[in-house]
Amino acid sequence: MSAHLVIAPIIVPLLVAALQLLAGERRRRTAVALSLASCLALVAVATTLLLAAARQGDGGALTAVYRIGDWPARFGIVLVADRLSTLMLLLTAVVALATLPAALGRWQHRGNYFQPLFQFLLMGLNGAFLTGDLFNLFVFFEVTLAASYGLALHGSGVRRVSAGLHYIVVNLTASMLFLLGVSLIFGVTGTLNMAALAELIPNVPAHTRALLHAGAAILGVAFLIKTAMWPLGFWLPRTYAAAAPAVAAMFALMTKLGIYVLLRLSLLLFGNGAGPASGGFGTDWLLWGGIATIGAGAIGMLGARDLGKLAGYNVVISSGTLLGALGLQQTAVTVGALAYLVISTLALAAFFLVAGLLAPEDDEEKADDALVLEPYDPVEAMGRGDSLFADEDESRVVIPAPMVMLGVSFFACAVLLSGLPPLSGFLAKFALLAPMLDGHVRPGATVLFALTIAAGFCTVIAMCRAGIQIFWTDPERPFPQARVTEVGAIVLLLGLCLVLTVVAKTPLDYLGDTAHQLHAPEHYIRAVLSPLAEPRP
Amino acid sequence: MELVLAIAIGVLITSGTWLLLRPRTFQVIIGLTLISYAVNLFIFAIGGLRTGADPVLHAVAGDLAQYADPLPQALVLTAIVIGFATTALFLVVLLASRGLTGNDHVDGADGTP
Repeated sequence: MSAHLVIAPIIVPLLVAALQLLAGERRRRTAVALSLASCLALVAVATTLLLAAARQGDGGALTAVYRIGDWPARFGIVLVADRLSTLMLLLTAVVALATLPAALGRWQHRGNYFQPLFQFLLMGLNGAFLTGDLFNLFVFFEVTLAASYGLALHGSGVRRVSAGLHYIVVNLTASMLFLLGVSLIFGVTGTLNMAALAELIPNVPAHTRALLHAGAAILGVAFLIKTAMWPLGFWLPRTYAAAAPAVAAMFALMTKLGIYVLLRLSLLLFGNGAGPASGGFGTDWLLWGGIATIGAGAIGMLGARDLGKLAGYNVVISSGTLLGALGLQQTAVTVGALAYLVISTLALAAFFLVAGLLAPEDDEEKADDALVLEPYDPVEAMGRGDSLFADEDESRVVIPAPMVMLGVSFFACAVLLSGLPPLSGFLAKFALLAPMLDGHVRPGATVLFALTIAAGFCTVIAMCRAGIQIFWTDPERPFPQARVTEVGAIVLLLGLCLVLTVVAKTPLDYLGDTAHQLHAPEHYIRAVLSPLAEPRP
Repeated sequence: MELVLAIAIGVLITSGTWLLLRPRTFQVIIGLTLISYAVNLFIFAIGGLRTGADPVLHAVAGDLAQYADPLPQALVLTAIVIGFATTALFLVVLLASRGLTGNDHVDGADGTP
């Protein structure tokens, strides 16, 4: 394996996006082919990196560190591909590979530059997962966000623009908080490299420690806004419901970016090695914030009146569960949290795609008929608020096959998201919840445990109600035609969840190693800061 | 000088926050701009304030205290560029929203017909 492979997940989408911009909007086929090639390449690269990371010794002493320009870590920029990073890279690549075909049908023609924006989004996500210092994290966050602004608005229309307006304001404000936090931390410690910070934090003098904590807290708030912790997450359901389905599926991954950063920073900077003054800083906030988020998400989900919002509140519940699990700071819980992160991301992406196929189209979103490949008749105009109930439309014949397929997919999503037994959603939730019961855990753990179960129950109720209203109350209800690519995307995502149900052992072992690596950050620090890491070819 | 800068940042943040919470999109964008100015000043200030320090190495290499910290300057430059781009993008969305809804309320409707 070439050492330069670590930077490929950033370079490939960047080059592809640049080529697509040069090719222009006319040559759509070229752009699509480039996008597919890029996604396939990303999957291949991420798999290679993941296998390399899995081969590293049990302690993970050989974290792959890529020093850009070969400057030593304290001065230069480093990319770090440890187990967690490569896991997130692979997850991103798989979700991208699945959502891209889903966007090919009707959605990419609703606006300009869908493909380049999609690639820039991938570049930002990959960069944020790989980077080893806080300021580059900010830069890649902004790349991701700038692309996501464009994608959220893709297709235009009143609902999308007004939801996008809120999304942009909230995230711009969060970016300002991000900068404030980063600069406070820099002011106290004089470095922004995560490994160097982790080394410095136990020795920060007492009189500046409060300032460091303030900086970390402000930085944390910026990520909590992105993960939609209650009360910072009111923007999420509306934006996600308004976005195009393929875009919303990618956005389900973007909230996990906030989770990733919180997981990385809380364990690296304020984990066991941080000393008594800083160890476990902010974990109570994560735990109780997560609990409040699950509650708010469950209430919102029971009250949701359309499928997009239902999916949005599912994202909120998933974020809340993960935040609460992070707050516990236990290795066994982290293993379960990682499993839940993977499964819930795949299931949520699939659910957004299913919801996009089921939801009737608004009048304002009528396809541009000059560009659509197949004629597509939107169902008669109706308010988004009661979109679960479609009026009868006698002119259309119901085709059973896509309906059966959509019904089964919807059911599979419901089972996965609520964590019911047969599928991998149950395994993940079990792995997350079981360690909370034994031994000495924090007092909030029982509350989190109970609330996670209750939220699963609320998911069952809300999904059942939505499913009955969509599939059973109105047998004449017309379904939009589903393209092979759209169906294939859903099958890929749900099939992956199914595969993970059957072969759970190896992935769980990998996640166990990942959690151990995260909870023992000395290896990470040593690998990044060692002056003779690996000689660059 | 520290006091003046601190007061300036405080005033900018205060007025920015107030404007950010106003109902009109134009006020919101001005508020965001003010906050980003304040944040940029803040980043600039964390390197330590001093007058007359050399920005780059002088003919005679002295000790480090002689030079201004270059890293906050690099950071603030990046932050300015990114802030500028996102504000420009927000301006476009603001105009699109104005064009689609016919008014400049952040929710797309201000209750008046």
